Amino acid sequence: MIFAFTDEQRELAATLRRFLQDKSPSSEVRRLMGTPEGYDPQTWAQLAGQLGVQGLVVPEKYGGSGAGPVELAIVCEEMGRALLCAPYFSTAVLAAHALLASGDQGAAEEFLPALAEGGTIATLAVCEDSGAWTTDGLQTTARRSGDGYVLDGHKSFVLDGHTADLLLVVAQAEGGPSLFAVAGDAGGLSRRLLETLDMTRKQAALALDGVPARLIGAEGSAEDAVRRTLRLAAVALAAEQVGGAQRCLDMSVEYAKIRMQFGRPIGSFQAIKHMCADLLLEVESARSAAYYAAWAAEEGSDELPLVSSVAKAFCSEAYFRAAADNIQIHGGIGFTWEHDAHLYYRRAKSAELMLGTPEEHREIAATYLIDGAARA
Amino acid sequence: MEATASSVRREARDWIEENFDPQLSVRAWLERLADSGWAAPVWPAGWYGRGLAPDLAVVVYEEFNRVDAPGPPAGLGIMLAAPTIIANGSDDLKRQFIRAMLVGDHLWCQLFSEPGAGSDLAGLQTKAERDGDEYIVNGQKVWTSGGQIADYGMLLARTNPDVPKHRGISYFALPMNQPGVEVRPLIQMTGDSGFSEVFFSDARVPASAIIGELNGGWGVAQSTLGFERTSLGTASGLGFRFSAPGGSRFLREQEVSVGEFIAAAKTNARRFGTGATAMTAGGIVPLVTLAAEFGRDRDLEVRQQIVRLYTLASANSWNGQRASAAVKAGGRAGPEASLGKLMASRVARQWRDTASLVAGPQGMLAGEDGPLGGRLASQLLATPGPSIYGGSDQIQRNIISERVLGLPREADPSRTMPFRELRVGTQAAAGEQS
Repeated sequence: MIFAFTDEQRELAATLRRFLQDKSPSSEVRRLMGTPEGYDPQTWAQLAGQLGVQGLVVPEKYGGSGAGPVELAIVCEEMGRALLCAPYFSTAVLAAHALLASGDQGAAEEFLPALAEGGTIATLAVCEDSGAWTTDGLQTTARRSGDGYVLDGHKSFVLDGHTADLLLVVAQAEGGPSLFAVAGDAGGLSRRLLETLDMTRKQAALALDGVPARLIGAEGSAEDAVRRTLRLAAVALAAEQVGGAQRCLDMSVEYAKIRMQFGRPIGSFQAIKHMCADLLLEVESARSAAYYAAWAAEEGSDELPLVSSVAKAFCSEAYFRAAADNIQIHGGIGFTWEHDAHLYYRRAKSAELMLGTPEEHREIAATYLIDGAARA
Repeated sequence: MEATASSVRREARDWIEENFDPQLSVRAWLERLADSGWAAPVWPAGWYGRGLAPDLAVVVYEEFNRVDAPGPPAGLGIMLAAPTIIANGSDDLKRQFIRAMLVGDHLWCQLFSEPGAGSDLAGLQTKAERDGDEYIVNGQKVWTSGGQIADYGMLLARTNPDVPKHRGISYFALPMNQPGVEVRPLIQMTGDSGFSEVFFSDARVPASAIIGELNGGWGVAQSTLGFERTSLGTASGLGFRFSAPGGSRFLREQEVSVGEFIAAAKTNARRFGTGATAMTAGGIVPLVTLAAEFGRDRDLEVRQQIVRLYTLASANSWNGQRASAAVKAGGRAGPEASLGKLMASRVARQWRDTASLVAGPQGMLAGEDGPLGGRLASQLLATPGPSIYGGSDQIQRNIISERVLGLPREADPSRTMPFRELRVGTQAAAGEQS
């Protein structure tokens, strides 16, 4: 039933929360965000070995647990709350969904088992210099060469692109936008870690100069595969935003209860109470939107194209507001480097602009709500 | 055996099959319905209910609505007065009032707000002074829905001005049809009159009509306000589709048959449409139509705002669905359950602002000349209401921050000083007036 979690789903959330409290405290987030790799290989291996979350949406026949968008939302919410530094969104959300959406069984058999067991870090490279998540106007090209293809061009905003073992690159082939697998150590590939606002999630630029690549799915099939991947990824990101937003609200409320000014807790002033109440409304509404979209994805509902965009737009703005208000409620201490508030502020803004801005997602929703576009 | 959705459905269906007859007069049907316990399934079994959980009551209403069987007269009696009396009143009061509400003998109004006591309701100045077996009531109430037609009022009045404000209030069931009660229509900013002002000049109420304890009215009022909060905000759709007529002024309308009443009710629904409030609930549809008509449906800002409206309205409904899913799964609703009223007033503002954007200069026109046959203008004028009535947005935020988030109450010296010394509303110290 929609909006009702099973005992197993609740247990998944609780287990992961305990794990992340232990493995991803603030001190660890701060250590990892300062490293170029941006993750801890041991924690990554434990996430796979103990919890099996990398293969969450991977079908059992490919070595995963065959769970669905609702479980993925639960996991992303917890990771967002803890600001986990790991190549999870790139590997387990973007790359896993793209491989499944491609319909290429051979590629799924070859790549997904290692991805599910945490042995492969993978990512999806769609954006170019504009940062738009679209397969229109691709400058990166693919041409046939012997049994395979070679790629030329630039990709940017590639999540964990500098550490990925497997890069799924969208390039313009003769038959249209197509998906290609490129090895992280392929000849002709140079990768540059980008300096990012959000230091807890790494992004890279790729330069491709005659890079050998393997076609995934049919030529010209990337448009549909990327569109489907982006819808599911938007839902997962919305859930991650809910987790972060909730943490910001929790920090605000905890602090408002203990911070004394004028002889009383600042949380007793209506100016602060009303901000917190409004934040609760934002966060709970964002949660409802993200969960609703996750269930729409789970049930294969034709509402998914609409509600995935509605959820991404709303959760983006709710998270950023929560992150910004959290700093305001903390006052001076919230504006310091030592306080974690800015880490959430950075993540919130970055996630808002990733996978399409709120304005872009509302425009997508408008095509269904106003123009009556078919929901497919 | 514990009731399940299917056992309740079967039981209700069997009872309807045996007892529902459109040939019955409305009055006869209401009496049969009241005595069966199906009229108010969530009320306790001993007091004309069946003690069912809300999610099972939904099943009951579905069955009655399936055959267009009308329920008891709608209004504040069934919604607020009855549950308040059941929770707090003496058995004598329950015997006097509960069944009478279900069969439509009495309509009720709520006599809480005063010109000087809105958000700070406990600052109310209407006083009730003991005189033998009765109390004599003097003062003024405002924002009284249905004041003109009510037979009884849920009255909060001060019975002890020498203690702090919360501790000197009593809750009465006041007969409205008496010389000391004058009801005047209050005209709202929309130009409509949905409320009254009620003036008491030596009005009388029996001492036995106190609901709860003498000077214990504040706690009783809280239970009424709790029932009110849960019925505003997210529309639950919980109830009978058709409500029978009732109230001492309308008893003749109960003489027609149920079948005739329903046929007329359906015609009226068609003739009058769905009204301004239903229009915000209708969401974006009229605005999308209007945008196309005015050639603004390609305007990027219009499109953004229409989607924002859709998003807020959907989120409010999803919050409600989440809360009821949690209850149905045997748990407790989370914080999302207390947010409906605050969100509903935000949805109303978003509707208004989006409508203005879509309408442009046409938004200056009202009535027959205005967009949507004048409904756009009337909705615009009605919008400030929801963020004020039933506890303003500011009071909602206080409640949410204190009860859900656990933030401390704001320092309030008026809680401990005797009411007599308190300054209230825009008037001088209450004590100087009494």
